[in-house]
Amino acid sequence: MSAAPEHAPTMARLSVGQRLGPYAPVLLLAAIMAIGHLAIPATSSWLTLTLSGLAMGMMIFIMASGLTLVFGLMDVINFGHGAFVSVGAFVGVSFLLLLEHMSGASSLTLNLTALMVAIVGAMAATGLMGWAFERVIVKPVYGHHLKQILVTMGGLIVVEQLIIVLWGPEEIYITRPESLKGAITFAGAALEKYRLVAVGIGIVVFLAMRWTLRRTKIGLIVRAGVENGEMVMALGYNLRLVFIGVFVAGSALAGLGGVLWGLYQEVVTAHMGNQTMILVFIVVIIGGLGSVEGCFIGALMVGLLQNYVAFLEPKAALISNIALMVAILMWRPMGMIPVVKAK
Amino acid sequence: MLKTLLSGDMPRAPILSALLVVILICLALAPFLFPGVRSVDTAARICIFIVLVASYDLLLGYGGIVSFAHTMFFGLGAYGVALASTHLGRGFDSLLIGTLGGAAVAATLALVIGLFSLRVRAIFFAMITLAVASAVAVLVSQLSGLTGGEDGLSFKIPRALGPAFKFADGEIFGVKANGKLLKYYLIFGACLILFLLMLRIVNSPFGRVLQSIRENDFRAEAIGYRVVHYRVAATCLSAAIAACAGALYAIWLRYVGPDTTLSMEIMIDILLMVVIGGMGTMYGAVIGATLFVLAQNYLQNLLSLAGDSVATLPLLPDLLNADRWLLWLGVLFILSVYFFPTGIVGRLRNN
Repeated sequence: MSAAPEHAPTMARLSVGQRLGPYAPVLLLAAIMAIGHLAIPATSSWLTLTLSGLAMGMMIFIMASGLTLVFGLMDVINFGHGAFVSVGAFVGVSFLLLLEHMSGASSLTLNLTALMVAIVGAMAATGLMGWAFERVIVKPVYGHHLKQILVTMGGLIVVEQLIIVLWGPEEIYITRPESLKGAITFAGAALEKYRLVAVGIGIVVFLAMRWTLRRTKIGLIVRAGVENGEMVMALGYNLRLVFIGVFVAGSALAGLGGVLWGLYQEVVTAHMGNQTMILVFIVVIIGGLGSVEGCFIGALMVGLLQNYVAFLEPKAALISNIALMVAILMWRPMGMIPVVKAK
Repeated sequence: MLKTLLSGDMPRAPILSALLVVILICLALAPFLFPGVRSVDTAARICIFIVLVASYDLLLGYGGIVSFAHTMFFGLGAYGVALASTHLGRGFDSLLIGTLGGAAVAATLALVIGLFSLRVRAIFFAMITLAVASAVAVLVSQLSGLTGGEDGLSFKIPRALGPAFKFADGEIFGVKANGKLLKYYLIFGACLILFLLMLRIVNSPFGRVLQSIRENDFRAEAIGYRVVHYRVAATCLSAAIAACAGALYAIWLRYVGPDTTLSMEIMIDILLMVVIGGMGTMYGAVIGATLFVLAQNYLQNLLSLAGDSVATLPLLPDLLNADRWLLWLGVLFILSVYFFPTGIVGRLRNN
């Protein structure tokens, strides 16, 4: 009987790098905030910029989340997503202008009611539009990326032009509801009320989405569909129906993002959707196409970086985001939180 | 002879051949057939857009890659010529240096973008080019010290290409023999050469590999072609040729600005021209660009006539407003992607 081969198993702990790997995106976000603080010594300006960065990031996340889920679930890339942002902004602004007596009053309840009406109206309109868009524009070109990009781009052009037909070619200026104007002072920093509200709405949307995806049956089906759609269909679920639901929800969220963005800029134009899409695309790429968490962290990074850099060197703001995207793609080519397809 | 010139890629349809010959003759003799500032200007625009659209088709129709940065490359060439002529003084050498410099920068940028996005997923390319192109457009309008910002740059081209230069006494067939005529033929000749060059490229073994990648990239890789290398090479070539087209456009206008070279509207125009003309064939670019530029210049008048005729009805006048012609083009674009994915040329060839 020969002796057992010499072998000494070791129970090595994972190295620090390996254990930190999954948290790297969050740490990177914290690092950006810390570096921002180093570069901007005055705490009050840093706080103001951080808040506006977070607010911007939340809005971009709201707009981008639908896009990334739609891609993850059905491999559909919607270049016309910006159209929902524009339509949402215009519908929301129209409601706010109609309810001027409410949003102009100095009562918080009335203001918030007007805002809620505008948001619900915009989300309903863009949700409905998303359904029509899916039926008419996207459905005939499933599984064909090139045609999807072309056709949805065509859809974007048509919707932008229709907005101009319906609302006129001029940009519309809008003032925020009375009690959301101005700022509160905290630790010597002026924090705009509206940005705080935007951050709040963003967190609520993110948590609601996370809860839906992780704790409900429909969320389970969506996550399973992202990983392996064919298997889910083989198990008897109508993934097409789920997909339409996700598309409509994503469009409605884009509409919500449009209202928030319009009030943030205090002006809406037909091209605003397409302009925000640039940041949205950067966010979904660095987050990892199909990943909601990645999209969230990516959006916050982009928002913060944009604000810090715009404060330090205004001309470099847009370039900084491109640089961030390049750096992240060098580090993780599929995005920070890549979606693993079981195929 | 003709077959060699066209690299063996004949039009293969009588109507198409006739159309191409008519377009060639009209463009070759434009200053004589259609004297007048506006029509010669239209002819030059058609020449330049044929090259620009064909270079985009090299990427989209042959490589199957969607790019939204084609106007950026176009603009790089145009700004290259403008900057060289401003800083090195007027002269043919600065035009050449500007063109080559612009093309080199465009190819390098395309290489970098291509390496970053195409190695992961071809779909990333569309999104990244969109982001980079808008960043560059913003940057160009912000760096007003270098690029003239929103106002753009006007510059001087060599005297031999200006209207004051007379290369012969009197007139040739009723057209003044001045530098403007020379300039038109410089543009026309350069565009013709670039177009034939692209025809050569797409009908070479390299072009065949590109087409096979478009049809089935997985299989092409399995056969042994490095898909990424081919795609990146196509991107660089297409960018360099687009930059040359941009340089010609700048020479023709003696001006560059963000609106004439970098704007998203031009990108959409290029997309429409490729799709309407026919993807995956160089002749599609000729037909698409010609029809589109003509429509842009003359159809808008027709649309405004239609708008006036229904002025009393609600909403319709707004829809038929001449400024809304992009709306109808968008509808046409969607319909042609669905129903005529091969465009006009594909239709003509099938019949």
